[in-house]
Amino acid sequence: MIIEANELSKRYKMPKRKPGIVGGLKNIFHKEYEEIIALDKICFEVKEGELVGYIGPNGAGKSTTIKILSGILTPDSGECRVLGKVPYKERIDYVKDIGVVFGQRTQLWWDLPVIDSFELLKDIYKIPLGDYLKIKKELITWLDLESFINTPVRQLSLGQKMRCELAASLLHSPKILFLDEPTIGLDAISKLSVREFIKKLNKERGVTVILTTHDMDDIESLCNRVIVIGKGKILLDGSLQSLRNTVSKDRRLILDYDGGNGGISILGATPISKENNRLVIDFNPDIITPADLITTLSTQYKIKDILIENPAIEEIIAKLYGEFNI
Amino acid sequence: MKAFISIIRIRFNLLLQYRIAAIAGGVTQFFFGMIMIMVLYGFYSSSDGEMPMSYQSAITYIWMGQAMLGMLPWNGDMEIQNLIRTGNVSYELLRPMNLYNYWFARAFALRTAPTLLKSIPIFIIALLLPSDYKMHLPPNVSSFIAWILTTFGALMISCTITNIINITTLYSISGDGIQRLLSSIVTIFSGMVVPLPLFPEKLKQILSYLPFSGLVDIPTRFFTGEIAFNQLLGYFCFQCLWAVLLYILGQWILNRKIKDLIVQGG
Repeated sequence: MIIEANELSKRYKMPKRKPGIVGGLKNIFHKEYEEIIALDKICFEVKEGELVGYIGPNGAGKSTTIKILSGILTPDSGECRVLGKVPYKERIDYVKDIGVVFGQRTQLWWDLPVIDSFELLKDIYKIPLGDYLKIKKELITWLDLESFINTPVRQLSLGQKMRCELAASLLHSPKILFLDEPTIGLDAISKLSVREFIKKLNKERGVTVILTTHDMDDIESLCNRVIVIGKGKILLDGSLQSLRNTVSKDRRLILDYDGGNGGISILGATPISKENNRLVIDFNPDIITPADLITTLSTQYKIKDILIENPAIEEIIAKLYGEFNI
Repeated sequence: MKAFISIIRIRFNLLLQYRIAAIAGGVTQFFFGMIMIMVLYGFYSSSDGEMPMSYQSAITYIWMGQAMLGMLPWNGDMEIQNLIRTGNVSYELLRPMNLYNYWFARAFALRTAPTLLKSIPIFIIALLLPSDYKMHLPPNVSSFIAWILTTFGALMISCTITNIINITTLYSISGDGIQRLLSSIVTIFSGMVVPLPLFPEKLKQILSYLPFSGLVDIPTRFFTGEIAFNQLLGYFCFQCLWAVLLYILGQWILNRKIKDLIVQGG
């Protein structure tokens, strides 16, 4: 196991402010704190080479977990080991083997060309020159940085900047990469190129990747395993398929027809909508197979086109959050 | 060591992006110097009593203070304070280096790079001014050597104080408070505003024990020859002692804070 988290817990103490001037004055003399449980005995393990999606609503504890795993936050109780080390105890020795990207923060020097930041990181991580040149060249090709590598960071677009952040986190060839919302705020094309890169990195280099995101397309296109967290607890840990199955096995059939009519009363199928010669039906494949369903329907409708799809992952997650009341 | 040099290099690069600011800073310091010298001129020419330091030395003292202003710890490292305010400090904790030493290297770069760039033009102009306003070269080579060595001592004190300012931002989020307080303390107690030898006797004695006197007063009085070369070892040890104390203090505060540091936000 490359990552082992065992009953990790973290609470934050937040000062509670009463509204208004009176409240403000009261606060001077008597400060009240509110305790927020960010993580509540979290346990999970990650094998080498896995690409794990870590998802949950805002404030669920995703970033807190990443911060603990990367050694910048000490948990209140519990323990974790990454690469055989306890991150927050052996921080300096540990961090040379990991790469971290915080999507909402930056590690590049704002006023200087991107390449200057890379050079500094080379010396900070003590990367041998030969390795550095090789890796730098590779990252530049993979992420297509060539055209703006000499531009000051402040002049880059968000997508360009994120690609540079990724490169900066990988110069020292880390074995694990933590990505905290790497696609936040990016446009469609940038998102695709970031995803492609992460996929390639994981497949070709065997880098273990832990990824937090709100973008379900990230999860769908990248992760074979997802961990869902809410209110500091792990709600689900498994494959994308098992996540689908837990919430609902339903699949969706979209049918365009030219003519035909009739009510639909098929066991295991629920009509969702029917308008403009388009019929949408959710069905449970355990009760009725797609083949049977289509056969039945074809007796009633003159079918023009058929599409079967999985329900959008967003809907599944929303249902899951609903089930756990978060 | 390589990282240390690299950090200094990146700071130079950064500074060269702000050439106009550097020139403006130099001009401001030149005018400040002129004003202080005019005040001193009035002060010296209206007083009959014996002066604790010659007019010539006092002028040189003022110019030295102005030229080396960038080296004084009168502010924190804006970059680091911004990192702390925005939470980007997370990334600093991901570097395989002792954070204090990393920031010390940055403080060193902050104190040397702009000073090197700004002090030379100020020195040249100050040396070429008419005799009443003119800076004087050291009386002999040994004074010059002593100045170099004690300037290095001053730099060490300056970097350790700068680092303490940086670290306090971790507690207060905004570094403004301590910065305002410290900029007054440092500029007055180091002798930059009024040369320390001109302070009242009692105060002078107290100030001579504080680290601030090691910033401007000691190097400058070696430069002008007010302090003899044979006292170099004592004064340099005084500077080193303070630098070590402040270094230990800074490390201690930082290590205490890192343990319960919480970077807020997603």
